[in-house]
Amino acid sequence: MSETITELDVLKTAERWAGEGRKLALATVVETWGSAPRPSGSHLVIDEEGNFEGSVSGGCVEGAVVSEAVDVIEAGEPRMLEFGVADETAWRVGLSCGGRIRVYVEKVN
Amino acid sequence: MDRALLAALNEERAARRAAVVVTELATGRHRLVREAEVGADPLADAVEKAIRSGKSGIAQTEAGEVFLNAHLPPARIVSIGAVHISQALAPMAKIAGFDFEIIDPRTAFASEERFPGATLHAEWPEDVLKERPFDAYTAVCVITHDPKIDDFPLISALKTGCFYIGALGSRKTHGKRVERLKEAGIPQASIDRIEAPIGADIGAATPGEIAVAILASVIEAFRKRKMFADRRGETEPQ
Repeated sequence: MSETITELDVLKTAERWAGEGRKLALATVVETWGSAPRPSGSHLVIDEEGNFEGSVSGGCVEGAVVSEAVDVIEAGEPRMLEFGVADETAWRVGLSCGGRIRVYVEKVN
Repeated sequence: MDRALLAALNEERAARRAAVVVTELATGRHRLVREAEVGADPLADAVEKAIRSGKSGIAQTEAGEVFLNAHLPPARIVSIGAVHISQALAPMAKIAGFDFEIIDPRTAFASEERFPGATLHAEWPEDVLKERPFDAYTAVCVITHDPKIDDFPLISALKTGCFYIGALGSRKTHGKRVERLKEAGIPQASIDRIEAPIGADIGAATPGEIAVAILASVIEAFRKRKMFADRRGETEPQ
C-alpha cells in the first residue's frame, strides 16, 4: 500500500534513473506457484552497472536476476527466467520457501 | 518497456487512478490501459477483472500469453476529526500499511503536537477536498460529532463511492444525520452504505479500542473488495 508512494517506489526510481541517462532493465514477476515471497506484478529495476531497487523474491534470486538483466540491457531482447526448487540450479539460486516464480526481464528504452 | 509508457503509468499512479500494463510476452509489446478506457480495450474483461481484484496475472489470448499488471492506488484512510480516536488510529493505520490523513478546521485539535509526523489539514473539509478530493481507494471516517464539519465530507464520500464510509455517533445521533442527508437529497441506498455506529461490533469502549474497531472495518472493506461491488453503478459526478 504505502510502499508505492515512498522513496521505495520502484517505478518512480526507474523513471528517475532513465531521466539520468542510465541504461535500465525492468524485471517483473509474471507468475508464481506455491508459496512465493513476492506476488505477480512485483518489480526490480536494474541499471547497467548492476545497481538495483525493488524485489522479485525475498532476496533469494535477485542476484541471478540482476546478472541476467545486465545481459538484457546489452542484448536488448527480453528474457523469461524461471526459478524454483524443481529447477536444476535450485541449489544455487532456488527459492528456499519451495515456491516457483517466472520473471520477465526487459530493457527500458 | 519504453520510457514514455513508464512516465504515463507513473502519472496515473500519482493521480490515484487505477491502470493496467498489458504485455504480450511473445513479442514484448506493451500498452497502458487507464481505468477510464477499459471498455475500449480488446481484453476489456480480463483488464476489468485485474482492476477489480487488484491481482496481476497471465491471460491466454489468441496472441499467446499476455501479462496484465494491475496498478491500484495505495489505500488511504481520511479521518474527519483530529480527536482522541484519531490519535490512536494514526499510528495503527500506518502500521497496517494505509496512508493516513486528518482533516479538522479546529486548530487546537489538529496540531502537530497531538499528531507528530501525521498528514494534517487544519482547514475546513470543503477547502481541503477541492485540492485533494476523495476517490474510490479512500476510506472516510467522520468522527468529530459536529455536523458543521462532518456532513460535507460525508456527502462527498457517498457521491465519490469511497470504499469505506463510517460515521461516529449513537443510533440517535445517526438518526438525525440520516434525516439531514435525506433532506440534502442523498438516496437511501447511499445512506445505507454508512457504517454507523462506526467500526466492527466488538464492544469497543475506549478511544484506542474504537480505533481498532474502525481499522478492522476498513481492512474488511478493502480486503474483501466489497468496495468494487458497492461502488459500481453508484458513483455519480459531484
